[in-house]
Amino acid sequence: MTRNGNGYVVRVLVYPRAEVLDPQGRAIEDALGRIGFDGVERIRAGKTFEVSLNAASRAEASEAIERMCRQLLANPIVEDYSVEWLSR
Amino acid sequence: MALKVKCGIVVFPGSNCDHDVYYVLKRVLGQEAVFLWHQETSLQECELVVLPGGFSYGDYLRAGSMAAHSPIMAAVRRHAEAGGRVLGICNGFQMLLEAGLLPGAMRRNRNLRFLSVDVHLRVERNDLVYSSGYRRGDVLCMPIAHAEGNYVDSDEALDELERAGQVVFRYVDADGSVAAAANLNGSKRSIAGVCNGDGNVLGLMPHPERCAEDLLGNGDGLALLAGAVQAGGARVGRLAAAAGG
Repeated sequence: MTRNGNGYVVRVLVYPRAEVLDPQGRAIEDALGRIGFDGVERIRAGKTFEVSLNAASRAEASEAIERMCRQLLANPIVEDYSVEWLSR
Repeated sequence: MALKVKCGIVVFPGSNCDHDVYYVLKRVLGQEAVFLWHQETSLQECELVVLPGGFSYGDYLRAGSMAAHSPIMAAVRRHAEAGGRVLGICNGFQMLLEAGLLPGAMRRNRNLRFLSVDVHLRVERNDLVYSSGYRRGDVLCMPIAHAEGNYVDSDEALDELERAGQVVFRYVDADGSVAAAANLNGSKRSIAGVCNGDGNVLGLMPHPERCAEDLLGNGDGLALLAGAVQAGGARVGRLAAAAGG
């Protein structure tokens, strides 16, 4: 946990959008079925990023995180993202 | 002989089809060709900019996503917006999507495998400089070599893409018919190549530079690169109803 005044740490989760075919998730789903996990209804395979950044305020950090998600970390055409704050 | 067209082939860390494109443009078609390192900010007055295939940045994050933010891409964007010619092949197509210069996005191939195989393509419009050497409905054979060529966009966006005539190439069977079995990567509506609204920016997954000489067994791709360096403006706009032949 960062406690130096202006440091923030967030976790960004990126998943394929629900309506977009997720070939990777589908393959993992099938594999789980094959090894006996019959109850698995759906797997979505995503990515996580832990981002540590310095900003003047939490609002500014939040705004920067939103922009980096839209511009690079996620492709909004095929992916949704969510943000979890790990610090403060 | 007509004036040579200056062609710039952008080289990213991980590009591996740059020399093939250079060879076809320079040696086969007799044009002027230069390599442009991705850290540069000038296109050196090139008329045609090619974003070649390969694995830029090791396909980190999403294929083409890192390259889409390379320093040279600002100049490529200005060139495209001014009506200049930009051709993205395979990884270069992925970059154009990630940069927002073409609509849509790529997912992993439907079967999760890297596909390296010859496919058939149907020419959907031939009024672009790139496709002017073909007839509408022509069936071409070209190699594909990619893991993320599963083209996707929302249904509304795809409808608009079709209405505007921006689908230039579609995966088909040898007879020229759209079929699920011929659409190996699972692309929506069998889309293999799209252009921007003005027609001066084209992206496609198949590799025309790998089939540009009869000597090597297949010359179907040569007309695409020859078209890319032909004289005249590249902006054509929406597909004309009577185009083709």
